[in-house]
Amino acid sequence: MFYREAGDFKTSYRDDNQTFPIRLDRAGYWIVLFVAFCVIPFFVNDYWVNSIFAPFFIYAIAALGLNILTGYAGQVSLGTGGFMAVGAYACYKLMVAFPDINIVFHVLIAGGITAAVGVAFGLPSLRIKGFYLAVATLAAQFFLVWLFNKVAWFYNYSASGQINAPERTVFGIIVTGPNTEAWAKYMICLVFLVGVAWVARNLTRGMTGRKWMGIRDMDIAAEIIGVNPLMAKMSAFAVSSFFVGIAGALFFAVYLGAAEAGESFGITKSFLVLFMVIIGGLGSIFGSFAGAAFMVLMPVLLKNVLVGTMGWPTEIAAELEFIIVGGLIVIFLILEPHGLAQLWRLTKEKLRLWPFPH
Amino acid sequence: MTFKRVAAASVAALMVASPVMADLVFPSLSYRTGPFAAGGIPYADGFADYMTLLNERDGGIGGVAVQVPECETAYNTEKGVECYESTKGMGALAYNPLSTGITYQLIPKATADDIPLYTPGYGRTSAANGDVFSHVFNFPANYWNGASAAINHVLDLNGGDLKGKKIVLLHFNGAYGKEPIPTLTKLGEKHGYDLTTIPIDYPGQEQKAQWLQIRREKPDYVLFWGWGVMNQVAIQEAANIRYPMDQFIGVWWSGAEHDVKPAGEKATGYKAMTFHGVGSDYPVFGDLQKYVVDAGKAAGDGSNVGTVIYNRGVYAAMMLAEAAKNAQEIHGVADITSAQMRDGLEQLEITNARMAELGMEGFGPEFKVSCANHGGPGAIAIQQWDGAAGKWSLITDFSGSDMDVIQPLIDADSAAYAAENKIDPQCN
Repeated sequence: MFYREAGDFKTSYRDDNQTFPIRLDRAGYWIVLFVAFCVIPFFVNDYWVNSIFAPFFIYAIAALGLNILTGYAGQVSLGTGGFMAVGAYACYKLMVAFPDINIVFHVLIAGGITAAVGVAFGLPSLRIKGFYLAVATLAAQFFLVWLFNKVAWFYNYSASGQINAPERTVFGIIVTGPNTEAWAKYMICLVFLVGVAWVARNLTRGMTGRKWMGIRDMDIAAEIIGVNPLMAKMSAFAVSSFFVGIAGALFFAVYLGAAEAGESFGITKSFLVLFMVIIGGLGSIFGSFAGAAFMVLMPVLLKNVLVGTMGWPTEIAAELEFIIVGGLIVIFLILEPHGLAQLWRLTKEKLRLWPFPH
Repeated sequence: MTFKRVAAASVAALMVASPVMADLVFPSLSYRTGPFAAGGIPYADGFADYMTLLNERDGGIGGVAVQVPECETAYNTEKGVECYESTKGMGALAYNPLSTGITYQLIPKATADDIPLYTPGYGRTSAANGDVFSHVFNFPANYWNGASAAINHVLDLNGGDLKGKKIVLLHFNGAYGKEPIPTLTKLGEKHGYDLTTIPIDYPGQEQKAQWLQIRREKPDYVLFWGWGVMNQVAIQEAANIRYPMDQFIGVWWSGAEHDVKPAGEKATGYKAMTFHGVGSDYPVFGDLQKYVVDAGKAAGDGSNVGTVIYNRGVYAAMMLAEAAKNAQEIHGVADITSAQMRDGLEQLEITNARMAELGMEGFGPEFKVSCANHGGPGAIAIQQWDGAAGKWSLITDFSGSDMDVIQPLIDADSAAYAAENKIDPQCN
């Protein structure tokens, strides 16, 4: 009744092509942004930021990055953890080498370095596809983690191979290190997330995104109609790795503050981000958010309910978490193989007709 | 997004519901799941049981009840952060996360929040320098003491000469396993042995490649920094290639009953370092049995009492309890804060008389913590496994380590940390 196109007149092509064609959607979008930027920062505390918002935002950036590569361009990657490690170590080396430069630039440059590494490891995608490409990116994952463990220069020869984020500021406000205020940590992650999501959305609905989708759906046909597969695949790898690199840099510098390659960026991280993308929905911006929210918030919520409220022993709660989250993944994928994003899409379709379906 | 709102609402409700507690709170960031649970469970049980014993027998510490809220980390740093944030609001007095990775994470955070970290026998070794690491305590021994003690033991066996000997460090490829490398390298320069390091990746259930390399290189000694399931596998593999067990020396985290038992009698002769006594022939374990296990209040099933890792949990809990008592005496209040707890740790003195009163005579060394030295004496003994009898026995006395080599390393590493993080020395 309220959620419909009818009556929402568009008088220009620009209006017609906007991301949210329905008025209610647009309002919701602005309200969410308003709440995220102008309300939540005044109420967050350390627990909310460190356990919920920071991991959610950072994993959402990583999921957006992987979704561009796997969801939009159809190139399966198991190297996300390794690429996050590149972002983290690049950011660390930059932070230590140039302490006076704004951390935002370090994060962006770390993303750029990751993009270069991603392109290099993406080269095999020109010859191989599907499972074979997955294995090639798996090699990248293992090689990169091995590299950061083996070469002491990357961790500045510290005794244990750990990297620690020193204190850095943006406009005089501390955003890394232990003295960071909760709201500052929240805001830096949020700004990067909104920026990345905005770029991702606009890339994927423009020509670049259409080329990626052409390559994904049928590469030979795409080539015949004039898509250059080299450019399309390499640009997908570059953009995806750029986002994943930003996620890795924030993950280390802002969220954890200390990291080591094997523990923080191992193969489990690659799978975690891949699951987020699959559960959220391949080829969907909203899906990246939904998948990250599901995988990050669900365990925290279950832990709080089982241990905090019901007072169960921690180990039983921990095992049960695995069972419940695993079971939910299976149920979701059986009921809706296209992920949470498709559920959302179906809900919106139904809402348009409500309360008078044909 | 609706899901997120539901989640947020529930979490908010839970956070409001948890009351502010007036007890002494020592959160236990334990891991009872995952590949390292074999070590995590007995440690968490020992820690919780000792605190329960204080509540049951003595009515707490200085008349104030002790609480040990547990939080499961699964040895994962992200979960460790979540656990730290969710428990620090309860009025946590000190953290003992039993993970070197999580310790590295918490050192700056806990220092900023004015909560001490107590990391006996693990964590960042250079935190022994209290001048830089004001809130971290790792007495009575650290990894570099351990590395040096192992080399001292090997020196004793070889009449003080290690020229041309081959020593392999088989280690967990993470912060914990890499800690001893600088010390072993430096000691190698001093004593003339060849050091080869062979890493084992998490979780370490598969070590064929590592042991093939050991078989090829035929080292004179293998030093081992492993944990959890990795230990059992390594000892089994050593038995399979018939590596002489008495030349295979583990750190204290690789020397528990559950590590050697799967290899059966073949594990006989395996050595491990330790910084406290072995067995259950101490009065405190009788009390634990009587007041905690038999009363049905044990954290676990009670079968671990007197085993190596359980004892270590008891020892760590005892230190924190003594420090809390010390803090109560220094500040003259029963309900101490975390800042006062830090003072209690820094001015802690453990005497043999006090150990006897606690029913732990001879269990650990006598020592005194000071502002500059948070590392304790670093006295370490070697224990050896007897597969037939099924028990560990000490084969050397507790003795010190080569501080001429270790102290410069501690100073250099902590100075680097101080420079990176702009920390001023706290002791003058």
